[in-house]
Amino acid sequence: MFNSCYTALVPLLPLFSFILLIAFGLRLPGKWAGYIGSVLTGIAAVAAYYTAWTYFSLPLDADGTRPAVEILSWEWLRFTPLLAIRLGIYVDALSAMMWVVITTVSLMVHIYSLGYMAGEKGFARYFAFLGLFSFSMLGLVVAPNIFQTYIFWELVGVSSYLLIGFYYTKPEAVSASKKAFIVTRFADLGFLIGILILSYFTGTFDFQTICGSAQDAAGVGGALFAPALQASFLGLSALSWAMLLIFMGCAGKSALFPLHIWLPDAMEGPTPVSALIHAATMVVAGVFLVARLFPVYALMTPGVLEVIAYVAAFTSLYAAVVACVQTDIKRVLAFSTISQIGFMMVALGVSGYGGHAGEGYTASLFHLFTHAFFKALLFLCAGAIIHTVHSNEMKAMGGLRRYMPVTHLCFLVGCLAIAGIPPFSGFFSKDGILAASFAFHPCMGILMTAIAGLTAFYMFRLYCRIFHGPYSGDTAAAQAEHAEAGHHTPHEAPAVMTAPLVFLAVLSLLTGFIPFGDFLSSDGLPHAFPLQTAVAVCSVLTALVGIGIALYAYGRGPRPAFQRMADQPNAFLRAAKNRFYIDRFYLFITHRIIFQGISTALAWFDRHVIDGVVFGSGKLTEKIARKIRIIQSGQLQTYALILLLGVLCLIGLVLYL
Amino acid sequence: MDFSQFLALHEEISLVAALVLLLVYDLFAPEKGRRHIPLVACLLLLAHTVFCACDFAASTGCPAAAGSRTAFAGMYDASQAALLFKNILNIGVLLVCLQACPFLRREDNGIKAGEFYFLLFSTLLGMYLMLSAGHFLLFFIGMETASIPMASLVAFDKHKTQSAEAGAKFILSSAFASGLSFFGLSLIYGGTGSLYFADIQSGLTATPLLLGGMVLLCSGLFFKISLVPYHLWAADVYEGAPTPVTTYLSVISKGAGVFALCLILTRAFPLFIEAWQTALYVLILLSITVGNLFALRQKNMKRFLAFSSISQAGYIVLGVFAASPAGLTALMYYIFVYILSNVAAFGVVQLVEQHAGRTDMAAYNGLYKTNPKLSVILMFALFSLAGIPPFAGFFSKFFIFAATAESGAYVLLLIALLNTVISLYYYLLVVKAMFILPPAEPADVPAFKSEAAPKFVLVVCTAGILLAGLVSCLYALIDRTVLLG
Repeated sequence: MFNSCYTALVPLLPLFSFILLIAFGLRLPGKWAGYIGSVLTGIAAVAAYYTAWTYFSLPLDADGTRPAVEILSWEWLRFTPLLAIRLGIYVDALSAMMWVVITTVSLMVHIYSLGYMAGEKGFARYFAFLGLFSFSMLGLVVAPNIFQTYIFWELVGVSSYLLIGFYYTKPEAVSASKKAFIVTRFADLGFLIGILILSYFTGTFDFQTICGSAQDAAGVGGALFAPALQASFLGLSALSWAMLLIFMGCAGKSALFPLHIWLPDAMEGPTPVSALIHAATMVVAGVFLVARLFPVYALMTPGVLEVIAYVAAFTSLYAAVVACVQTDIKRVLAFSTISQIGFMMVALGVSGYGGHAGEGYTASLFHLFTHAFFKALLFLCAGAIIHTVHSNEMKAMGGLRRYMPVTHLCFLVGCLAIAGIPPFSGFFSKDGILAASFAFHPCMGILMTAIAGLTAFYMFRLYCRIFHGPYSGDTAAAQAEHAEAGHHTPHEAPAVMTAPLVFLAVLSLLTGFIPFGDFLSSDGLPHAFPLQTAVAVCSVLTALVGIGIALYAYGRGPRPAFQRMADQPNAFLRAAKNRFYIDRFYLFITHRIIFQGISTALAWFDRHVIDGVVFGSGKLTEKIARKIRIIQSGQLQTYALILLLGVLCLIGLVLYL
Repeated sequence: MDFSQFLALHEEISLVAALVLLLVYDLFAPEKGRRHIPLVACLLLLAHTVFCACDFAASTGCPAAAGSRTAFAGMYDASQAALLFKNILNIGVLLVCLQACPFLRREDNGIKAGEFYFLLFSTLLGMYLMLSAGHFLLFFIGMETASIPMASLVAFDKHKTQSAEAGAKFILSSAFASGLSFFGLSLIYGGTGSLYFADIQSGLTATPLLLGGMVLLCSGLFFKISLVPYHLWAADVYEGAPTPVTTYLSVISKGAGVFALCLILTRAFPLFIEAWQTALYVLILLSITVGNLFALRQKNMKRFLAFSSISQAGYIVLGVFAASPAGLTALMYYIFVYILSNVAAFGVVQLVEQHAGRTDMAAYNGLYKTNPKLSVILMFALFSLAGIPPFAGFFSKFFIFAATAESGAYVLLLIALLNTVISLYYYLLVVKAMFILPPAEPADVPAFKSEAAPKFVLVVCTAGILLAGLVSCLYALIDRTVLLG
């Protein structure tokens, strides 16, 4: 039977690790902080596997679905008889799957960081923050109600802020962490309003009630949503607004266009953190939440779901194009993450509810699952490379396969998986997404296949630039420079770093064979989705073309012809390199218009109106006035005047409105 | 006259007793004992606080005694919620009193310590009367009792020009606001023929005379709460006044003002709900936005917190705007959390001022390097003010917003929410200064050890900030009490 003891351990152990390391971390000798963190996370991972195992071996209900289990439900606050806030752990197929992903990647990142962060200042602090982050993420996915989701959602934001800004002496890291925090906070505003509207109209925060009613729209459930569907604002029903606003929160966390700008900058954090937060866990929180509320999206507000599909498809395309011209290897991976999350969201957006139509839902979560492992793998490999080359730039690399054979192989596995080459895991999940897109509309299918081809191209461009061609450090000048900086020839990372790589590479190879539809589907009924041969052949061929072009162009170092093309003053290329100026646009809005515009106006108001009224006739009077009056009573009269004017305006307002 | 009616005024009597005892001690204590005046004052206040808490517990315990307590033919009419609110104020004042200890031990203030507490308690007495009035005469006596001693407290550092100037500014603008209120009251009296809340309510007609009278009458309270455009005094006075007095002004005085506003609007003017909601709508909008935008460009911590508290006042008044039991509950909870957060923030500011003599923001650069604990506390306080979970400030904002959403003012809610993002930006500026910017060489603020009393206050506030949101019994208690009436 279900053992709630083990289950409760899963989120609590990382929290315990955080508290322990914050309190005593500085006093621990050597790497003990890291060992403690890793062991506690390891136990949590085992408990999470056990929970998933017991959950999936529970007997099915009479209607063939798997019942959700709610353990530890603690009523925290009761607003009205219906509306109460509870804190608890809610285990269903979705949260069990997420737990497995989060604990596995978190454990790998912990182990890897033992090597990567060795000797860094703030070693204990780093592991403490990792614990806090894991705790918040684990708590987020098992939230039984949307309010708890929100609290953990913000906690995840705070802990990722701490982790991105870990190198707090680096100004870029600090501004990146601030940017991430503020952009996602802005998106969370929409989320919060969405929650308020949804709970106000439905009178509940509970996922189970909300989703259950959506599935049962004809019966009791209809009554729950009726007020929200009837109330309308600017031509949309209140429910649509609520769901759109909740999606805005998801778009912020999952870096969908136009709220994606924080993710590339967040790469300033330590690389294992990028693997954990910006590849496998936090950025997919948005996908998770849409999946959590999927019955409402699919059955009550299909229009909103369509909007999601279009936003996501555009994001995916945009990010893939930008990724093709980036030269910082972490930025390439960051844009590829944005693009892949776009894939997952597209799959949710094009999916219907139940049966065969629900294939997109399953494919999306399957892609979330496989992507977590191969993207974490790619990031950790990139970390090993950066660790040894001391640079993020492609031009400092090349030919590394001779120096780092294990990393090279693991990276290749990751690239093949993300490019969708069988039998690697990405092939299976991407196939499902493409099939669902074709079923939605052929144009969507073709677009997504083309993006898959682009993905293969930029990933293999990255692969070739790192591992093939001449090593940039071989030239005499470069060697002299290296020697000066105290660097050495590239070498393989220590075993504590390569072991997680190998483990994740094996997962990237194997996870594709999991019959995912048996575990997770939109309506809870096990449903097998066979491989679509036509779609699979198309996508593999496109991917191979992409890989072929990349190999031809960059296989032996960048070909001069390509280099010339890239260097040409081509408006499109320049725009792509500058990420289509989206960041500039935001900067313009925030700095020029908001800060400068408003603050100049305020300064002017302050100087001319507030001070100016006082010393109306200019500076001379001001000086005389200062000398005469010890107390600047003149200012006081102005205060009284403004106060009086305010009162009069207010009276006018009350009388005539 | 039946003097036994006085016995209904439990809290007021207890406070007056504390006041008189303090005065007597101040007069007759030997030279040595005078050093202990802060301690004596805090103990007296503690006794008073405990008494009030017991009284409140007893009255909620027995249903017969619960509900309104009236005396003097309804002139005094204290609801159960007001009783609870007095308890909240007591806790706040106790924290401020403890925090003021080092300030009063200063050489030049030693002789005035008794006066300080005497004046402080007098203003509290005034607020009590304001909160439990059933008649505008008593209400006004309360308001003036709360204002006039306040002015002398603001000017307490009378040898400093800034402090004296702030005191003069405060008393003059306060007198002006009171004048407006009196004028409004006379209009109301002319229109309805009574000053009892209950009579006014039944005699109201929607004439311009009475509507205008209501706005003028409320102006005095808007001034106390420092809503825009009644806020102009705030920054100067906050900056000039001694820091413990600033703390008191920003939390206790403001909190009592909002509660009193809620009281008179719902008791005397429920028929004008649309009119005062319109007025509050505009005031809230202006306060939140203007407070935030001005806070962005402040270079002095005390002025910065002044503008931040103007925008916080806007959020608190959202609870009045909601005009529902949920709104009142959210309002009281918000004020409690706000007291904790702001006392903690000002506590750190005061300690830095005391040990380094600086209140400008540049002094906070790299504070983490020299005083890590203080920086963390200030960070918690600012995060709580900004409303970041899991700090208590998040929950109080959430309840206030939930109440606003219930009243249907979605546009106002959206603007208020947008403003929380702006506020996050400037609160983060301070956090950035403390944790990231390098300190000046040599450090502006040396590492120092603080005295026991302010340290205790900071610990209590920090614990409150961390726990008040997560422990739900507090909100539940307020909710129960508000529903009792």
